[in-house]
Amino acid sequence: MFKLEARPQPSQVMSLASPLIALVLTVLIGVALFVLLGKDPVKGLQVFFVEPVKNARALSELAVKAVPLVLIALGLAVCFRSNLWNIGAEGQFILGAVAAGWVALQADAQSSRWIIVAILAAGVLGGMAWAAITALLRDRFNASEILVSLMLVYVAEMLLSYLVYGPWKDPQGFNFPQTVTFAAPTKIPRLFDGMRANIGVLIALALVGVFTAFLFRTYRGFALQVGGLAPAAARYAGFSSRGALWTALLVSGGMAGLAGALEAAGPLGQLTPYVPVGYGFAAIIVAFVGRLHPVGIVFSAVLMSMFYIGGELAQSRLGLPKALTGVFQGLLLFTLLACDTLIAYRIRWSAKP
Amino acid sequence: MSGMNEYALLLAASLNAGTVLAIAGLGLLVNERAGVLNLGAEGMMLVAAIAGFATSVHTGNDWLAFAAGAGAGAVMAAAFGVLVIWLNTNQYATGLALSLFGTGFSAFVGIRYTQEKLAERPHFDIPLLSDIPFVGPAFFRQHPMVYLTIALMFGLVWLLYRSRAGLVLRAVGESPESAHALGYPVRRIRLLAVMAGGALCGIAGAYLSVIYTPLWVEGMTAGKGWIALALTTFATWRPVRVLLGAYLFGGVTMLQFHLQGEGVELPSQLLTALPYVATIVVLVLISRNPAWIRANMPASIGKPFFPGS
Repeated sequence: MFKLEARPQPSQVMSLASPLIALVLTVLIGVALFVLLGKDPVKGLQVFFVEPVKNARALSELAVKAVPLVLIALGLAVCFRSNLWNIGAEGQFILGAVAAGWVALQADAQSSRWIIVAILAAGVLGGMAWAAITALLRDRFNASEILVSLMLVYVAEMLLSYLVYGPWKDPQGFNFPQTVTFAAPTKIPRLFDGMRANIGVLIALALVGVFTAFLFRTYRGFALQVGGLAPAAARYAGFSSRGALWTALLVSGGMAGLAGALEAAGPLGQLTPYVPVGYGFAAIIVAFVGRLHPVGIVFSAVLMSMFYIGGELAQSRLGLPKALTGVFQGLLLFTLLACDTLIAYRIRWSAKP
Repeated sequence: MSGMNEYALLLAASLNAGTVLAIAGLGLLVNERAGVLNLGAEGMMLVAAIAGFATSVHTGNDWLAFAAGAGAGAVMAAAFGVLVIWLNTNQYATGLALSLFGTGFSAFVGIRYTQEKLAERPHFDIPLLSDIPFVGPAFFRQHPMVYLTIALMFGLVWLLYRSRAGLVLRAVGESPESAHALGYPVRRIRLLAVMAGGALCGIAGAYLSVIYTPLWVEGMTAGKGWIALALTTFATWRPVRVLLGAYLFGGVTMLQFHLQGEGVELPSQLLTALPYVATIVVLVLISRNPAWIRANMPASIGKPFFPGS
């Protein structure tokens, strides 16, 4: 039998070791699962951890999926550090894509390349507006941000579906639910010829710097975190909890919206009902595994992106359902939370049960 | 006359749809009354839905399917419970992890069952009563689970307010410190409550895939687990109100299908969004009065309890 004993101080070492232990546990469970399904576990590990990084093209694909995860998770880190549970980033992502798509649809072949700035700005505003509904209802009526933000994901999906089946449908699209392909000037510039990774990578890395500075070097960022850790202390210090609510939700909504805009005008190039692929939910895991720290988020987003690509490869090469990605993502968060116990507690083994 | 019958069928369908939400909502009420908030309802319902569906496909027995669903829900809830109750993990994050895992896991194991169909679904007509005009088709041609759910509600009312076990359960939720001081095993009681909640969410999931739909589709709960969570808040943690709220939402869901069928000049997507918008609206109306929520909310909900600290 063992007992948990509170540590005098939270362990810094465990805080960094915990995601690694969680990853090892997830991999072990994964190996067991492969064996159970009669698949070669070495091949399984290969598609998840070797194939996604084997050459430049693979790395580019890795970046394509990691960028939206980094962007959304950065915003969520601000939210979760403020103890606000915005779990509707998926909806804010969709609204970002819709708003960006609307701007992109106004462009034609002669438009200036600067339209991209307007597209990204529209994405940010779209995501913010959607998150603002949650902030408003929480602020004015005390409605749970968890449930409201989540319900709004379904509403956003329906709104997108309405637009692409209805008023925004491509008249020449053989009745497929999709908009016209956006005009060439709206395309987010790529970094290298022939690879899909685009300037979103640079935007994400720059924002990692901005968020690190915001969280750890500004008064506002400090106030937010105090509010999250010790609401009473924050009140005593005169930090506005309403200000924190609005800041955290608008920031995270804006980031999810930006990710949606980059996705719509980047790899997708049009709107379809399949714009949302779960990045908004996966980013929750990315934020936690990255210790709610901007730099950590980059690493965990790359890892999660490997899970996505590994899942796709497992489908095409090993004949396993793509949903394997979701299984591993969920397992990783679950094991991480269990391992995180060791940050604040240590295990004491006792002879007597 | 045909108009009347249509309304009777609408009522019947609303009761049926509400039953899924009611079972899950009543289950979540049990663990929330013990002070544990489980945001994993959606994941538990999905895993239970595929567990139940697969059981029904292979055995042809719907009651075994419900049992499989209950078992799947209870096992998942136990994993969640051990983490939040013994390892003191954050209840929000752990519940979310359960939902994300359940969504992925159910899709993974369910892939083989997407083309499967269940044998002819049984009809249940209560003799004599089901022949009464209007009332019969509206209320007396339902699956037994619909009536069992109503019985479950009464059972819960008795358990919570009339039995010693219920008193202890509520004490654990209101003040775990006091319950612990009186010698009650707070953490074991919480685990049992969480597993009971999971088992009921599981039955709700199995009812959804085996009776209500009856199909397996990836992500088929479509937010029903979250709506059930919202229901416990709407109902200010009272079983009767959970049941009535669930029927109301069943009604909203059915009204939307009815309006689509009537050819109302509204895009179908906006009608499909109706239950979600309704959830937000009701949540706002109820939460507007913080004093009311606070007076009824189990005092220790969401907070970990660590004896001896």
